Amino acid sequence: MTRSLKKGPYVDEVLYRRVQLNKESGNRAPLRTWSRACTIVPEFVGQNFEIHNGKTFHKLYVTENMVGHKLGEFAPTRTFRAHTARSSRPVA
Amino acid sequence: MPRIAGVDIPAQKRVDIALRYIYGVGPTRALEILKKAEIDPATRANKLTEEEVSRIAGIIENDFIVEGQLRRQIAQNISRLREIRCYRGLRHMKGLPVRGQRTRTNARTRKGPKKTVAGKKGVKEMHRG
Repeated sequence: MTRSLKKGPYVDEVLYRRVQLNKESGNRAPLRTWSRACTIVPEFVGQNFEIHNGKTFHKLYVTENMVGHKLGEFAPTRTFRAHTARSSRPVA
Repeated sequence: MPRIAGVDIPAQKRVDIALRYIYGVGPTRALEILKKAEIDPATRANKLTEEEVSRIAGIIENDFIVEGQLRRQIAQNISRLREIRCYRGLRHMKGLPVRGQRTRTNARTRKGPKKTVAGKKGVKEMHRG
């Protein structure tokens, strides 16, 4: 279900503050975060993030096109294991 | 045969039905257009006067995005999702359902015809029976 407009977008407050700090100090180091549910707001554009996917951190450079999406959308949580090729299997 | 919104030539059906042959016009929009043009939906498409046809064409052109332009817009939206490599974009690339549907079974519209895998549960029984 869509989030109520009354509440506005969900932005992780701590992360937002860290982005502001980064911008003020001109720090370019990526921000490590677990806040996958946090919406990408225009202030995030140009920042580097490292988003947790449950196991590792996924690097992301935020561009204008990504505004409105959530951070988690850019750090896939599943690894797809392909089936072995058919030819390599002996016929039973 | 009247010609509306480029190449579309709706048949000798009621106008409200005929308009649906235009990509981007469905039941609701067809009636909306006819209401605005003050044309009875029950009239046959070939019974429309020149002036009525141009009135419909004008409304479609001004108020709605149809046909090629609409197709282009949709393709653009999808390519944006692909470019930013977000979850939805990845699903489009892989040809899997985008909106969280199950893929263990079904999802045939996106995945295409069945590809039977030998040794998978159920296959043996199928061949015995």
